[in-house]
Amino acid sequence: MSETATQAPPATAAATDDVLLDVRDLKVHFDTEAGTFRAVDGVSFSVKRGKTLGIVGESGCGKSVTSSGIMRLVPMPPGRFAGGEVMFDGRDLLKLSEKEMRGMRGGRIGMIFQEPMTALNPVYRIGDQIIESLRVHSGLGRAAARRRAIELLDLVRLPSPEKRVDDFPHQLSGGQRQRVMIALALANDPELLIADEPTTALDVTIQAQILELMRDLSARTGAAIVLITHDLGVVAETCDDVVVMYAGRVVERAPVAALFAAPQHPYTIGLMAAVPRLDIQSDRLETIPGSVPPPYAKIDGCRFASRCPVATDQCRAELPPLRELAPGHSVACWRAPLEDVA
Amino acid sequence: MSTVLEVSNLTKHFPVRRGLLRRQVGAVQAVSDVSFSVKAGETLAIVGESGCGKSTTGRALLRLLEPSAGSVKLDGEEITALPPSRLRAARRQMQMVFQDPFGSLNPRMTVREILVEPMVLHGIASGERAEARVSELLRTVGLAPYHAERYPHEFSGGQRQRICIARALATRPRLIVCDEPVSALDVSVQAQIVNLLQDLQREFGLTYVFISHDLAVVRHIANRVAVMYLGRIVEEAETSALFADPRHPYTRALIAAAPRPAPGAVTGREAVRGDAPSALNPPSGCAFHPRCPLATERCRTERPELRAVSGSNVACHHAEQAEPLPLPSAASAPSELLNRRLEVLARARAASAA
Repeated sequence: MSETATQAPPATAAATDDVLLDVRDLKVHFDTEAGTFRAVDGVSFSVKRGKTLGIVGESGCGKSVTSSGIMRLVPMPPGRFAGGEVMFDGRDLLKLSEKEMRGMRGGRIGMIFQEPMTALNPVYRIGDQIIESLRVHSGLGRAAARRRAIELLDLVRLPSPEKRVDDFPHQLSGGQRQRVMIALALANDPELLIADEPTTALDVTIQAQILELMRDLSARTGAAIVLITHDLGVVAETCDDVVVMYAGRVVERAPVAALFAAPQHPYTIGLMAAVPRLDIQSDRLETIPGSVPPPYAKIDGCRFASRCPVATDQCRAELPPLRELAPGHSVACWRAPLEDVA
Repeated sequence: MSTVLEVSNLTKHFPVRRGLLRRQVGAVQAVSDVSFSVKAGETLAIVGESGCGKSTTGRALLRLLEPSAGSVKLDGEEITALPPSRLRAARRQMQMVFQDPFGSLNPRMTVREILVEPMVLHGIASGERAEARVSELLRTVGLAPYHAERYPHEFSGGQRQRICIARALATRPRLIVCDEPVSALDVSVQAQIVNLLQDLQREFGLTYVFISHDLAVVRHIANRVAVMYLGRIVEEAETSALFADPRHPYTRALIAAAPRPAPGAVTGREAVRGDAPSALNPPSGCAFHPRCPLATERCRTERPELRAVSGSNVACHHAEQAEPLPLPSAASAPSELLNRRLEVLARARAASAA
């Protein structure tokens, strides 16, 4: 048993300012017959305790590979780490042994996936799955683990948890399964929660309940959350900081209010304008003409250049680094801020 | 404007059979007593959460599923009673676009074959005229004539949805039923397809029934909205009226629950409790009563009928009591800087196009 698994984060964690997860220049590449696919190509960000970081982007931008990379759940081969570090509480997760890493997953780091049926074992009762995790990571006895499992199911507001604890996954609705997965992810008081599209498969009224639950839990336990989503609405309501990804790279990084008030990257700007709004009537939606470059394309410059109306020769030739334009607000664009473009 | 589609008391129940003799032991009441009409050139949206019966309604309209009861009239012609031969003729006038552009195109057919098939089937065109029409259709939906030789797997999700739309247009229909046509697409692609559907509607005077779970898309595209819950329409109104002053507690909950892409715009929402109950055994009275903040004894026993309340048709005993929704706060408007930077991009795009 790892000594850290049972140790709850300090109560004041939310108030302190320390970085829990620091991803530095992470590169996850896939070697295939068609060539090397640079799914994640130099991604950096950090998350503080008690804070929620959103990773947002469209299909194929590398946001899910980033999260499975952090958890070391990328199948290798064909995948491989081509560089970078994942510093978790001062230790590089990429350097841990497989055994140590197994202790982390479900212990100090909890995970929530989009499709709960892929994470829950259909032939075991939900209670037994939570109990197993508690016994392995926290070393609880059977009776204590069962009491704790019921407590957890109650915490995620599953109705009549003392009965449902003996249900099989198929007996629950989609929203209830998602809640069970959250309970499982939270079983060992994780310091970091990684949630990959946790509400995408759910109806809006259930989504609202689950997001509120995650906010509550983070406030209560001081856990840091990495939330991967394609939904800017979810980002606006849940996150403290945001990373926008495009074609395997971070194009913009900012506190949530700053990102929505002053988006800098042409891609972020296009994305925000493309979302239809519930509270504003508009005649026509903005679009981003063109499409994402093919995965095997070798691009020297900015990967958005082919779709960017203000792209120059420099943009096509030279990869733009992340530049900090305002405190905490960085953008990888040679032309930002755009109002200076004549 | 003439009425293209008139639906009254449409009902679809799926029998549930058990045991050796396959005796019917119950029915999933997927759609019950649904009535609405759509005028030429208009879009009616049907919104609701999974299992509310919106897709079943869409399929029953085209008789892809046989309705259990009720009437569907297209341009005055009763569809539900048509014999198979006449039904095929009627289907020329009504087409469907599905959510999944991967599953709804035959992977072994080229785009040309996919588009020619409905033309031949309905005796609209063949030979050279069909060829010419394929090129025209592809251009109409924003693809190029050379795409005709390719197979569906060679296209992205958005392009595939354009092919599905081209196929629906091939028979020059009056009505297209769109079942979650943009739900599987990324935001930037979704915007392209929504714009395309609107352009086509203006160009060809198409009538849409637009089935969706996404209120923001619905607000953008629809003239009227019908909200469904557990197989019934609970509220129906002009789009602007529905969003300005929703009267049914469920509509209000749906609007409140939708996340806004504006930090700080949402301050406290009326949370709905629990999950939607099963359509196999819907609650007595008003089906929403177990989750409703306004529910009283009457709601548990007496099912509310649709009735007119300040511009909406609402099925709620307490429709008058719901307080007005708070106005969107200033925080929800797109920022000044976003708009200015969008203009810079638009100018640059226009300049490079010129």
